[in-house]
Amino acid sequence: MAQTAIELVGVNKWFGTFHVLKDINLTVGTGEKVVICGPSGSGKSTVVRCINRLEEHQKGQIVVDGTELTNDPQSVAAIRSEVGMVFQQFNLFPHLTVLENLTLGPIKARGMSRTDAKAKAMQYLERVHIPDQANKRPGQLSGGQQQRVAIARSLCMEPKVLLFDEPTSALDPEMISEVLDVMVGLAEEGMTMVVVTHEMGFARKVADNMVFMDAGEIVEQGPPETFFAAPKSDRCRKFLSQILQH
Amino acid sequence: MKKIFVFLIPVLLLAGCSSSSTWGWYVIDPRTENGWINVKFLLSGMGDTILISVIAAVISIVVGLVVALPALSERRWLRIVNRIYVEFVRAIPLLPMLFWVFYGLPIVFKSMGMNVPIDPFWGAVITLALSDSAFTAEIYRAGIQSIAKGQTEAAQTIGLNYLQTMRYVILPQAIRRILPPLANQFIYIVKMSAFASVIGMQELTRRANELVVTEYRPLEIYSLLVLEYLVLVLIISAGVRWLERKMGADERE
Ligand SMILES: Nc1ncnc2c1ncn2[C@@H]1O[C@H](COP(=O)(O)OP(=O)(O)O)[C@@H](O)[C@H]1O
Ligand SMILES: [Mg+2]
Repeated sequence: MAQTAIELVGVNKWFGTFHVLKDINLTVGTGEKVVICGPSGSGKSTVVRCINRLEEHQKGQIVVDGTELTNDPQSVAAIRSEVGMVFQQFNLFPHLTVLENLTLGPIKARGMSRTDAKAKAMQYLERVHIPDQANKRPGQLSGGQQQRVAIARSLCMEPKVLLFDEPTSALDPEMISEVLDVMVGLAEEGMTMVVVTHEMGFARKVADNMVFMDAGEIVEQGPPETFFAAPKSDRCRKFLSQILQH
Repeated sequence: MKKIFVFLIPVLLLAGCSSSSTWGWYVIDPRTENGWINVKFLLSGMGDTILISVIAAVISIVVGLVVALPALSERRWLRIVNRIYVEFVRAIPLLPMLFWVFYGLPIVFKSMGMNVPIDPFWGAVITLALSDSAFTAEIYRAGIQSIAKGQTEAAQTIGLNYLQTMRYVILPQAIRRILPPLANQFIYIVKMSAFASVIGMQELTRRANELVVTEYRPLEIYSLLVLEYLVLVLIISAGVRWLERKMGADERE
């Protein structure tokens, strides 16, 4: 794997006439953890979704593990196979069991045998501490359990990079830590991660680079020590004081 | 002259009474030999009515899906292709479409150097399938669109391609929204299959028409015809309701 896992250079995106991303420049080194924060509507989700082509950028360059993201379906497929994603709303497949949720990708997209896929799925369910739920439907699990299943589902594809879009925002407070614990574990094992979150305790613990976005721009970025202690811009200072109050 | 007229009127009236202005259930009374023959003759169209309807429904279910998929595309021109098909097909009344397929389509084939004769059976099947496919397509579209976008996105992030996403993620979830209205649509096909009688297909309606010509008992014969469709449709309705209950139960699970 290249030194640079993800590189965004001058990325711009419009929704119709609405300029949602303005000249985004961001480099994520291999093994690095980047935490993106910022007010609602600032474009955090859109940045993350552009990295695996759930949204299309109109200007600039996105390179993932040495492959540039273009309209070529092969480039999109290549990049998606390197990049896993965890959504705010989990997006588990409700008609399949937990185990089937995990084995679907390996079997259908990777052509893995059923037995191997099952073994791998069980291994990752152990890792997120819910092997005993393998045969339940997602609807029978708590939110925290569902999100851990979603993380395990991503891991089954053996991604080089994991994207998280507010993974704990839809959870009841008492379930947040069980998901963050799993994420900290992944971080410690060296996974490259881009995490949109307002969990600043988590950010302080794992982030190598903090990114603050507002109105479609990256206003400020830097290592957490300086980012939290001495934010340079007013907007960032104001945002941090608001979310750190509680 | 006048006397003859006065005499003629009651005679004409009586003649009317004795043929069709009174009840004459004997024509379809299964207890009499002739009545039983007539009833069997009428019922013998049932097989073809069902066969035409089932084959047309199966074709419509496949064609409808193929027509629906472009409607869900990001590409505008694909959505337009879908719109044109649906609006166009939905706008054509069944009878003219039937005439066009039965009398016109073979000529189209011939002009392309192909000799494809279309018999009444396939003429009816093609027309019904074509006409119904526009409705089936709309049912698929609504069903698929009712599945949250996050499902497609999750499928994409684990590397599934378009067809795999449809096959393993979207359709299995959409099916419970699709199947009940699709089954309901089958009732439409069964009823519309009566039009096949005008191109000579020997189904329920045609049999009734033929018997009316020989027996001259339209009231009794068409009453039985109506009853035949009623029973057929009620059976299908019961099936649809059973399906709806089953799907609803699955959803709550
Ligand atoms: N599909 C879309 N079409 C139009 N506007 C969108 C779409 N998705 C997001 N937006 C708009 O883009 C802006 C940024 O959205 P988003 O990236 O979701 O922000 P964040 O994740 O920071 O809350 C918001 O103003 C939102 O309303
Ligand atoms: Mg967001």
